[in-house]
Amino acid sequence: MTQAGTSGLVLNEKLLFEHSEPGRKGYSLPTLDVPEATLPAELCRDEITGFPELSEVDVVRHFTRLSTWNYGVDSGFYPLGSCTMKYNPKVNEVAARMPGLADIHPATPQALTQGALALIYHLQEDLAEMSGFSAVTIQPAAGAQGELAGMLTIRAWHEAQGSTRSKVLIPDTAHGTNPATAALAGYDVVPIASDGVLSLAEVEAHMDDDVAALMVTNPNTLGLFETNIEPICKLVHERGGLVYCDGANFNALMGIARPGDMGIDVMHFNLHKTFSTPHGGGGPGAGPIGVAEHLVPFLPKPLVVRDGEAYRLDDDRPQSFGRLLAFNGNFGVLIRAYAYIRSMGAAGLKRATEMAVLNANYIRARLEDVYDLPYKNRSLHEVVFSDKNLAGGCHTLDVAKRLIDYGYHPPTIYFPLVVKGAIMIEPTETESREILDEFCDAMLVIAQEASDNPDLLHNAPTVPKVRRLDETTAARKPKLKWEG
Amino acid sequence: MEFPEELKYTEDHEWVLVEEELVTVGISDFAQDALGDVVFVELPEVGTEVVAGKAFGVVESVKAVSDVYAPLSGVVEDVNEELPDTPEMVNTSPYDDGWMIKIRPTDNSDADNLMDTEAYQAHIAEEK
Repeated sequence: MTQAGTSGLVLNEKLLFEHSEPGRKGYSLPTLDVPEATLPAELCRDEITGFPELSEVDVVRHFTRLSTWNYGVDSGFYPLGSCTMKYNPKVNEVAARMPGLADIHPATPQALTQGALALIYHLQEDLAEMSGFSAVTIQPAAGAQGELAGMLTIRAWHEAQGSTRSKVLIPDTAHGTNPATAALAGYDVVPIASDGVLSLAEVEAHMDDDVAALMVTNPNTLGLFETNIEPICKLVHERGGLVYCDGANFNALMGIARPGDMGIDVMHFNLHKTFSTPHGGGGPGAGPIGVAEHLVPFLPKPLVVRDGEAYRLDDDRPQSFGRLLAFNGNFGVLIRAYAYIRSMGAAGLKRATEMAVLNANYIRARLEDVYDLPYKNRSLHEVVFSDKNLAGGCHTLDVAKRLIDYGYHPPTIYFPLVVKGAIMIEPTETESREILDEFCDAMLVIAQEASDNPDLLHNAPTVPKVRRLDETTAARKPKLKWEG
Repeated sequence: MEFPEELKYTEDHEWVLVEEELVTVGISDFAQDALGDVVFVELPEVGTEVVAGKAFGVVESVKAVSDVYAPLSGVVEDVNEELPDTPEMVNTSPYDDGWMIKIRPTDNSDADNLMDTEAYQAHIAEEK
């Protein structure tokens, strides 16, 4: 088999501080030919110590070299479960960098930003159509903020009816951010158990007059569709609660099934995942939320609305829980998402979902005889193995590190917590069968190595610039600043 | 793996040493092994009321973050102040240096419902 990770010239690089030479500058200014304007003395520091002094070429080389250490979805397969690291078409970048969109000041009067408002409005409409919700707001600037917006909307709805319910039910297969969101929104979290898929009986056993909402992830973190979702939603509604759906896994539903039709009241989208904008470096993201009819008045404000041919920000929303963000979302991400939706079209989006599910099931079929598969229900867009079958005292972390030697970004590991030593693989739709085969070949070779020569795994990675890091010492005794 | 006979255990893998007035709580050898290298421990302050089955603290390893649950209801009388600075003691000495809190229980007899060594070993055999 071919091995994508090989040796080669890897340029070393010092910190900027270590490159510094006194008096070196990265700029050259013309002679001053106007009266000098001085800053007030109290605003000026006497001396700045330790500030790096560098030339332009020093800085350019520094960052260019660092960039060669990156591994991203543009350099190879990146099966990070739950993160949907699909390839991001470059046409989205072209759209996002058009000066008319990229250079708008957020405080520009609405009469002069009609194009941007139109884009937001049509994105809201497209997302609403795909998800089956009555309205969508694009304001939340990330998935977790979308969750918070959703839970604050739920809280506002309850409060408007004089209800003071205090608990939120969260199954053990929900995303890890959900309990934190519920707590931040002022609720007590009640963890509930699932057996891979949440049962109606489990929800019924915990659904009392003090439960404000159930937070589910669908498909859940095992990559399984919550097949009981309709009766569960019905039960929660009958007992006065609402259902929040974490939509981070919408890549398994897009164009096929609509959460609004299942009875979900609120869902956030991760535009940076499902709708293809780069997010490997931790942002920026976008977490729009869609809501059912009865929750529309409580959404954060303003909402972008249409009046005939004109678009405007509607601030006159008395039941809204308020403003969530200074401006209107991470606009660049919204542009990319809109470009993605328009360039894919309805049939293309549906096809993307089908391929995402097919790819995950292909990997499952190739690996499940060797790697333990604890939950055997039909997988959707991702598949979760455990390290139970590994020989040679090898664990999930060793497999992940050895994959780096074979040139792959490791999958998500040790999550979800319901699987011991979880290996969570999400290939996405943008990978070819050849790529999937090479990856599966590597996974199978690694399982064999664990049996034949486990040190290959224990000592991995050996090919990259940096060997296995001492994560324990780094966490226990972190060095947080450079000292020359 | 060791599970001292003088201790009681919970389903969530805490151990409990029941003495005359106070009970000492930590996490079991099985729990520390499953977590891996512990890098952070958060404990309550003395005087905090804890409720049986509810989280009283947090243990974070390089793999995961877990809540630690109170085995009995009561008031925290003492806290292992050294632990937040030396979280590795949870791994190296889960039953001695790695103790977490001492609780003055509301009702000492609640400890009767906890597992003994034999029952706990059967419990973890089931979990594996």
